[in-house]
Amino acid sequence: MKAKGFAKHYYLMMLPGFVWLFIFSIIPMFGIIIAFQDFNPGQGVFNSEFVGLETFKYMFQLNDTPIIFFNTMFIAIMKIIGNLIVPLVFALMLHELRYIGLKRSIQTIVYLPHFLSWVILGGVMLDIFAYQGPVNQLLGVFGVEPILFFGRADLFPFLVVGSDVWKEFGFNTIIYLAALTGINPALYEASGIDGASRMRMLWHITLPGIRTTAVLLAVLGLGNVLNAGFDQIFNLYNPLVYSTGDIIDTWVYRTGLLNLQYELATAVGLLKSVAGFILISVSYYLAYKFTNYRIF
Amino acid sequence: MVKNKTLSAKIFDIVLIVILCSIALTCILPLWYTLSVSLSSKSAAAAGIITLWPVDFNLTSYQQLLGDTQFFKSFWISIQRVVLGAGLNFIIVPLMAYPLSKTVKDFRGRNVIMWTVIFTMLFNGGLIPLYLTIQELNLMNSVWALVLVGGAQTIVFNIILTINFFRNLPKSLEEAALVDGAGPWYILFKLFIPLSIPVLATVTLFSIVYHWNEFLYGLIFMTREEFYPLQTYIQQLVVSIDPSQMTEDQYKRMSEMSNRTLDAAKIFIAMIPVLVVYPFLQRYFIHGITLGSVKE
Repeated sequence: MKAKGFAKHYYLMMLPGFVWLFIFSIIPMFGIIIAFQDFNPGQGVFNSEFVGLETFKYMFQLNDTPIIFFNTMFIAIMKIIGNLIVPLVFALMLHELRYIGLKRSIQTIVYLPHFLSWVILGGVMLDIFAYQGPVNQLLGVFGVEPILFFGRADLFPFLVVGSDVWKEFGFNTIIYLAALTGINPALYEASGIDGASRMRMLWHITLPGIRTTAVLLAVLGLGNVLNAGFDQIFNLYNPLVYSTGDIIDTWVYRTGLLNLQYELATAVGLLKSVAGFILISVSYYLAYKFTNYRIF
Repeated sequence: MVKNKTLSAKIFDIVLIVILCSIALTCILPLWYTLSVSLSSKSAAAAGIITLWPVDFNLTSYQQLLGDTQFFKSFWISIQRVVLGAGLNFIIVPLMAYPLSKTVKDFRGRNVIMWTVIFTMLFNGGLIPLYLTIQELNLMNSVWALVLVGGAQTIVFNIILTINFFRNLPKSLEEAALVDGAGPWYILFKLFIPLSIPVLATVTLFSIVYHWNEFLYGLIFMTREEFYPLQTYIQQLVVSIDPSQMTEDQYKRMSEMSNRTLDAAKIFIAMIPVLVVYPFLQRYFIHGITLGSVKE
């Protein structure tokens, strides 16, 4: 259909949104220049002295750098795996449940934590795992000495991963459940007539039916290898667990905004942004390649 | 034989129900526990004897909360932020999505703009450049910093969802309107927007939840507590920690000193708006998450 002369209207429609994105997303991108400067807030981004890759050299000499990159990836990868498997198992169990009313109620309850912020849930977590909290009371029944859960560096990454999976597993089942309802019911009926057990149906019908979805989610997970979840960790951590719980984003926040080392924080942030951009692009490409999925 | 089969099927069902219900319980119990703490006496909370029922039931923390004017100021800032943020999102999303849902054949500039917009979603300059940009724009301590920065980072995903929805509307609708001499504005406002209420409701709810829950920008762009949105205010109270050195004893003492019942009351009140919109959330989010991919 011809629509000559519409282009200028199209541009006009997009103008407000584009200006918004330009000012608040694109202009800040130019600020990465700071990473290559001896930045002086008084002189601003344009007049500060260039120092080339000095800041990056310094960054790689710091003891913190390998630690925060390791912590970030360790936590993020465990989260990706947990958030892939736990919702899958839960969705399969829910799929087997034949009481529709009960199924709906369970879904309503397990989706809820997804919508609450980590400020709220962080407060709840710290309370539950507090020294005199209910978890320690429960352990006390079995004769276990109280544990200072969120003060223990060895436990912290696992508490983070566990509580993230707890928050998100319900919501993550939605995608699997959508795939499960897409399976043709005639397949179950036919195999039922042939005398297949529930387990055989699970193995030969249900699992192949959601394989594509599982692969897709795994591939998209790749884009999150450097996202360990700032909101969550920021609300749960403390100096006692920096050695295992400090991630790139929290470190950048403290270094930049509390210690005012702008160049260093920008350089580390830039490294993360670039690596993250590559990872996401690769994951989208692979998702398209393997499952024909594209988000845009 | 037949009887035996039904018996094992029944056992299977019962085991399944027990497992699923216990998992669902773990999602609700922590929130319930917080409510119990908020309704208990201070001494009971400090002694750590509260389990699932309030000990020495009283409303003192809620009375104390009524006297906390900053809590209500922050609550009001959050409401403003949500209304402005979600309202702006609601206006800008269809205006951006409609031209971008065209093919390159109908709108030549489409791809360049689309990739620019997507780039802003996949790459960012990091925290420090963003902070300096807001300073330069004189938006520190303004609710608009929260609305515009957070909005710019979440709107692209909403635009993509809406583009996909627009593209799945029947082509013949627009063609018929064009034959009748309708212009782009008419087609968007009288045809596309009324047909897209499900997706616009979804992206509006995304936006509401995001703006309500986000706390970091409140923390870095607001220099004084009186400008904090609610989540930031609560974050500062409940989990703010001096980011210097700390010993295990200090950490333990700090958590003992805090006013747990009052904090729990604040956490619980901050949860309420999400609980109120939750029924709508559940309906439309499930839509949204399955709308996400391009069909065909």
